[in-house]
Parts: sequence; structure tokens; C-alpha cells
Amino acid sequence: MRYIEQQTVVKRMNGRLIANSIFKYIFLAATLIALLALVILLYRIVTQGAGHLSIEFLTNFASRFPEKAGIKAALVGSLWLMLVVAPTSIILGVGSAIYLEEYAKQNRITTFIRMNISNLAGVPSVVFGLLGLTIFVRALALGNSVLAAGFTMSLLILPVIVVASQEAIRSVPGELRDASYGMGATKWQTIVKIILPAAIPGILTGSILALSRAIGETAPLIVIGIPVIIQFLPAGVMDTFTALPMQIYDWSSRPQQEFQTVAAAGIIVLMAVLLFMNSIAVIIRNKFDKRY
Amino acid sequence: MTESAKKAVYETKQLNLWYGSNHALKNIDLEIMENEVTAIIGPSGCGKSTYIKTLNRMVELVPSVKTSGEILYRGRNIFNHDYGVEELRTRVGMVFQKPNPFPKSIYDNIAYGPRIHGIKNKKILDEIVEKSLRGAAIWDEVKDRLNENAYSISGGQQQRICIARALAIEPDVILMDEPTSALDPISTLKVEELVQELKKDYSIIIVTHNMQQAARISDKTAFFLNGEVVEYDHTDTIFSNPSDKRTEDYISGRFG
Repeated sequence: MRYIEQQTVVKRMNGRLIANSIFKYIFLAATLIALLALVILLYRIVTQGAGHLSIEFLTNFASRFPEKAGIKAALVGSLWLMLVVAPTSIILGVGSAIYLEEYAKQNRITTFIRMNISNLAGVPSVVFGLLGLTIFVRALALGNSVLAAGFTMSLLILPVIVVASQEAIRSVPGELRDASYGMGATKWQTIVKIILPAAIPGILTGSILALSRAIGETAPLIVIGIPVIIQFLPAGVMDTFTALPMQIYDWSSRPQQEFQTVAAAGIIVLMAVLLFMNSIAVIIRNKFDKRY
Repeated sequence: MTESAKKAVYETKQLNLWYGSNHALKNIDLEIMENEVTAIIGPSGCGKSTYIKTLNRMVELVPSVKTSGEILYRGRNIFNHDYGVEELRTRVGMVFQKPNPFPKSIYDNIAYGPRIHGIKNKKILDEIVEKSLRGAAIWDEVKDRLNENAYSISGGQQQRICIARALAIEPDVILMDEPTSALDPISTLKVEELVQELKKDYSIIIVTHNMQQAARISDKTAFFLNGEVVEYDHTDTIFSNPSDKRTEDYISGRFG
């Protein structure tokens, strides 16, 4: 007695094959819709803003007159911001990931911490802005400086970096740790010589993606009171500054039609910066990507 | 060398080990002699891998492990507070079940051990690398590709690289945890020949699933079952004239 009859199998085959191809097209459509939205967005921004792009746009400060308005202060301000955010968030983030993965004992407290770091990654950025306002701007009296904004942004992206680094460290095969410990290496030697080199592609990719989020965030900057119209460049981390998304937000909320063009040009610059950072992430990943 | 002139490298006394509430090793008493190959055989889950990992305290990497009893290595209890695991592991090298070279060049793999123990001189490192690779009988195969990634060679060669890496720390004992289980028959044969060669200079403890392998290469064999040592004797005796019924059943393939 056979349980599977060849005839029924053949009879059902058609329906199965149809379902198979229907789902293929559903998923293709999902991808295309997302892609289409992106293309339309890019097309609008580029056609609107490309005309305003020029060397002067990059070297001029902001202005009341749309034709003279430039993005210099915001571009340099965003770079200053990254100068604070990158080291702060990567050092703290990778440090906590190493602690949680390699040192911390598995118990209820560490499970609780791990869980909440993932939760923190989902907290709205404006909440981090309020935190930054309370702690860095007011309590530590840093004012609306590069440092205060940088620390706030670091807190915002820290959970993302911690989670990405934890994943990267966890994916290093246990056999490599065994081999290192088996030769009498200390935990620190094993981390520096074996685990980090193997985890660095994942860590850097995650970190750079987190940094590109920080460079595009506006809400926390608004909350901690970063100004928009600035006619000078910050000379140090204690100076105030403005950032690309702030400048774009300001331009796009102005009544004059011409400023919409300026805003679009600003968006192109911001996207160029993001694209540049993401391609660094890709290059690093490919360079360090090793098989094991 | 006569039997009495040989010294014990390891004396295990009333060793018990628990993984949480699972009693994995029960009252183990074993004396392991220097310059011999000691094979540990037994069915899966009998504690043989756990035992060998206890000898260099690698087993402690598993959380919730508890031990009682003593293991004397060259007369010193390895569980003593003042005996650092790092110090112990420089005397006791380990080769694992799956070849696990680091994702580095062959050279850097071998030089890893000496480097972590503070040797920086390039000339000395070169000498150690050559000596270790020769010791593991793989020098001729890789001498022209020392800067290639260790993953670019075959699995059998990788395992001998791992043996060379263990030799590079100039150990006294080499622990091998089923070193040929992931290898093809020819690579297995090479590793077995290597073990014979190495026992002149090192004491070797090898866990194996393969009873023919134990019979071929070891001087003494310990048969583990359910966390206990059923029988420990000269390999010839174990395989030709075992004194315990369970040993006989196991080696004749009636279970396990």
C-alpha cells in the first residue's frame, strides 16, 4: 500500500507551480514599489537642486538671499559633529559589546541589560534630544556646542553600534577562541589578536551605518537648540555650530519658493556625504572579509 | 627505557566533574606516563572529551562547570589557586577535533603562540616556525607558501598546521581531541605517523572514536563509560585480553 499516489501528485502539480510563480511576482512587486519610491524621490531632488549646486554653494555661508545661500557652515559643522560622535560612540559601543560578549557572566542582570540595549535602539530620537538637553546642555553646562550635540548623538546611535558589534563578535567561531586559549593566551590577547580582527568588518559596517544615521538626524539637534544661521565656523568642540539636516530643515520651511531649490541642493550634499560613508563601509567590509 | 624509569606527567586523583547537575566524570583515577601515547576511547557522551579538556582546564570555558578532586601535572595540582591556566596551557598544547587555524597566514598561525608569550625577534620566530612545521611533517608542503592564508590548504594539511602551532609553544604534553575525525584516510594516516614520531619528545593523550586507531598508535588505552574509567591498561592487553566484560563488548563492537 502506497501513501503517495503518483496520479494525485501530477494533478496537484499545476496548482503548486502557479502558486510558486505568483509569489515570485508578489515579492518582485514589493521590491519594485520600494525602488520606485526611491527613484521618484531622487529624481525630484536632483532635478530641483542640481541647478543650485556650485562651488559657491559649498563655500558660502547661509544668507537671506537664496542665490547667495551656501552650505559651508552646515557641512563643516556636520564634519565637526562626526569628529566627536565617531570616536565617542565607537569606543563606548565596541567596549560594551566586548564586555557583554566576552567578559560578562550569563545571569539575569546581563540578560536584562542585553534586552534593554536592543530596546534602546528603538527609542525615538527626540527623546535622546531631551536627555541631551537635560544632561549635556544644562547639567554639564556644555551649552549648544559641538560637544553637547556630539554626546547626544553618540547616545542615540550607541545601542545600534553595541548590537551590531555584539553580533559581529558572536559570529567569530568558538574554535578560534579555543585555539587561542589552548595556547595559553589571556582573554585580552585573544580579544585583540583573534576576536577583534575577525569581527572588525561587522563592527565597522554597523558603526558606519550608525554614523550615517547620526549625520542625518534633526530632532535631537532641534531639541538641544542648535542654531541655523551661523556666519562662522566652529574653532573647537566648545563652539556652537549648525548641521546639514538643520540647515535643510530651515531652508525647506521658508516661504520663498527659491529656497526650496536651495534645500534640494542641500539634500544632494547630505546624500553625497551619506553615500560616501556607506561606500567606505562597503570597502572596509570587502577588504577585511575573510573566510573561516 | 624501562617501565620504572618513566615518570608520570599526569596523576588524576578522584576527579569528579559536573555540568550543572549532570555528573559527567565520576571518581576518575588515572596516571599518564611521559613519552607515551595514551588513548582514551569510549562511546559518545562517556566523558572522554570532557576529561581531556579538564587536563588543560579548557573545560572551564563552559559556564556552570564544577570539579572536585585533584589533577597533578608534574606533581603540582592544576586546580590550585596559584596555578594560572595560562601557565598550564603553555606546557600543555592542544589539537582540536576540527582543524581550526586562525584566519591568518600559515606563518602567523605558527608564530601566534611564541608571540603571545613575548617573543618578538624575527629571526627566532623564523626558526620556531620552521622547526614546528618540520616537527609536524608539513614543512616541505608549505615552505613556499608561508604567507598564504592557512585556509588555502587542504583540511588534512590544516590539521597538521594546528599540530605545528601546538608544537610552537614547545609544550611538554599534547592533548588531541579526536584529531582525525574530520580528515580523510590518507590525512589520518599522516597524522597517525606524526603521533608516533612526536611521542619521542612529547607525552601525547589522544581521544578517539576509532578503536583501530587507538590500537595502532597508543601505548596505553583507557576505556571510559558513563563518566567512569572502566579499564586502563597497556593497549595490547585492552584489545587482546580485556579484564572487564564491558570493555570486551565495546571493542568487539557489540555496543557504542
